[in-house]
Amino acid sequence: MEVVLRNLTKKFGQVVAVDHINLEIRSGEFVAFLGPSGCGKTTTLLMVAGIYKPTEGEILFDGRLMNKVPPQQRNVGMVFQSYALYPHMTAFQNMAFPLKLAGMSQMMQAERVKRVADMMGIGHLLDRKPGELSGGQQQRVALGRALVKEPDLLLFDEPLSNLDARLRLVMRGEIKRLQHELGITSIYVTHDQVEAMTMADRIAVINEGKLQAFDTPDDLYDRPKTLFIAGFVGNPPMNFFTVSIRRENGDYFAESEGGLRVKVPSERAEKALAGGLEQVIMGIRPEDIQMDESGTSENKGPVFSVEPLGRDDLIDVHIGPDSVFLLVDPLKRVRLDDIVHLEFDTAKVQFFDPETGKSLLWT
Amino acid sequence: MATIQKAQEAVAIPAEVAREPKPRKLTWTPYAFMLPSAILVILFFFIPALILFYISMTNQSSANFSNPDFIGLQNFKTILNDRFVGKIFQNTVFYVVMTLTFFNVGLALIISLVTTHIERRAGIFFRTIWMLPRLTPSVVYIMMWKRIAAGPPFGILNQFLAPFGFEGVNWLSAQGNPWLFVILSNGFIGASFGMIIFTSAIESIPKELMRAALVDGASILQRIRYVILPELRWPLLFVVTYQSLSLLTSFELIWLLTDGGPGLYRTEVWALTAYKRALANYFGNAQWGYASAWAVFLVIIGVILAVVYMRYFRFNELVEEPKIEVL
Ligand SMILES: Nc1ncnc2c1ncn2[C@@H]1O[C@H](COP(=O)(O)OP(=O)(O)OP(=O)(O)O)[C@@H](O)[C@H]1O
Ligand SMILES: [Mg+2]
Repeated sequence: MEVVLRNLTKKFGQVVAVDHINLEIRSGEFVAFLGPSGCGKTTTLLMVAGIYKPTEGEILFDGRLMNKVPPQQRNVGMVFQSYALYPHMTAFQNMAFPLKLAGMSQMMQAERVKRVADMMGIGHLLDRKPGELSGGQQQRVALGRALVKEPDLLLFDEPLSNLDARLRLVMRGEIKRLQHELGITSIYVTHDQVEAMTMADRIAVINEGKLQAFDTPDDLYDRPKTLFIAGFVGNPPMNFFTVSIRRENGDYFAESEGGLRVKVPSERAEKALAGGLEQVIMGIRPEDIQMDESGTSENKGPVFSVEPLGRDDLIDVHIGPDSVFLLVDPLKRVRLDDIVHLEFDTAKVQFFDPETGKSLLWT
Repeated sequence: MATIQKAQEAVAIPAEVAREPKPRKLTWTPYAFMLPSAILVILFFFIPALILFYISMTNQSSANFSNPDFIGLQNFKTILNDRFVGKIFQNTVFYVVMTLTFFNVGLALIISLVTTHIERRAGIFFRTIWMLPRLTPSVVYIMMWKRIAAGPPFGILNQFLAPFGFEGVNWLSAQGNPWLFVILSNGFIGASFGMIIFTSAIESIPKELMRAALVDGASILQRIRYVILPELRWPLLFVVTYQSLSLLTSFELIWLLTDGGPGLYRTEVWALTAYKRALANYFGNAQWGYASAWAVFLVIIGVILAVVYMRYFRFNELVEEPKIEVL
């Protein structure tokens, strides 16, 4: 089912929780709503589900205006952060509940629940009450309950945030696979960008109630349209420097006031210069910066901090007033105040207008 | 440094003491915690009950206050042979069951459900209004009911009914419906207790649970039936238990409204009889011994009911295992 949000707005008194969001979700697509806490993700989801009334704007399912349609008639399945299983019902009764309300015969109920439960690997847990299930098992029951009624739209509100890291990984894969196999249009709310990047076909980045971007994970990562997106997507986050771009002997160089100087690809540099800006913001991801062990690079500075992340160390090198974050092999044993030389791979360098925060490369 | 100190401490404690210091110290802790309530129960229930049992076996009255005779079970025989004891027992059961069902539980549940499903401030406003009867002094409250029920030409109810061609009647008289007013006046106060309990229970149902029910396709009645009521199981049992026991021993509103009348014992309940025998005898002769025997029945019925409720409703399931395993 195709879902369209048009100027969708929700105000709670003076608070604007959702601010004129426009979004077109294709049939069968898996869309993630990604944004920091309190940005209005849940509110948007609850409006789509019909639990909140929009203050303004429209919600369309397959072209049909849904604003006045009560949740019971929207045929959506929803999985909540707290699972929201009915505590006095067994797993079976929980999953059969939507079918029972729809007036399905007992036999049909049992058959459908059994099928979904087997698919979810919880067939042996159906007699238990939620209190007798682990978090992961409850999550599967909740997912099963959303699936049994064969909804046209699946809504997930941070369904994995209460699970441990390993289980989250497993469930991530399972939800993705199920969604893919069943082909149900899905909206998945999360503030975990790894979740969004790995699961979603497209990601809607929301900040302070406003839609910042709606793109594929690759586009968000490699072709960020705003400074906010560039800084928000990716971990550790992108490095930003205020630079001016100079041309020397046919090559382009970006130079910061602090002394950082890197060669940048001419195609990107020309786009950055096209606006005629004196200074631009340059963005480079930590993984595109290496330590130069030959010591020939002119970009060098003292190590200000070292954070061991396990596989890598995240180090912060100060070049003049600029901070450069990069990942290095822990075996290199970089220590505080070591002077290190840095090599920049600028093939994926980004440029932004410092005033508007818009990308100078992508529109 | 710290490790050295620890090591020294370990050496300093004799092995015997070190092995089992905790259980010995903690054995009395649970009892210490129970002590205050135990004192209250003993002081205000067990001792009065024992005194009551004793007095019920004497002929103590205002005539022989200082040296009553012990007369065994004589008082109880008198009660059971009383011409009206059956009537009074029936009245009591009727009064408790009707008030409990329709008001203390029924109306309370309806008010809670309605006021939690309308705009929040309006809900609070209505619930506050429902608290007012409880805050009004009983005498004033019953005076208002008497005005409402009064016969023509004064009664407020009659004036409302007059336009419909109703002739008017004193509602508290034998021609009216005294029971209706006894139950109404008690119920309007009684409902607020359950209302508070149920409202807080409804409001503590997780929001996401209600949302899940909405998405699952439940109508408002189905949400009440399948989500809210099951979540209210314990509050319901609590209110039934508590209120049936307190209705059993309550009489003051009936006393003020009908005084057990009209006529002979039309609305007389057990507790009212006990009260009258003890303190408000027609001839100024307070029969404490005899009245105590009436009260003994109430104590016994109350205890039996309490035990039945505890067993039947499995109240011990309400008591959670301690979260911290210290005791
Ligand atoms: N019922 C409400 N009344 C008033 N304000 C609300 C209400 N619900 C949400 N808000 C406000 O609206 C904003 C968006 O809330 P929302 O729950 O949608 O955030 P979220 O993106 O889901 O955050 P999180 O990741 O923490 O769940 C917040 O500022 C919140 O305080
Ligand atoms: Mg949320």
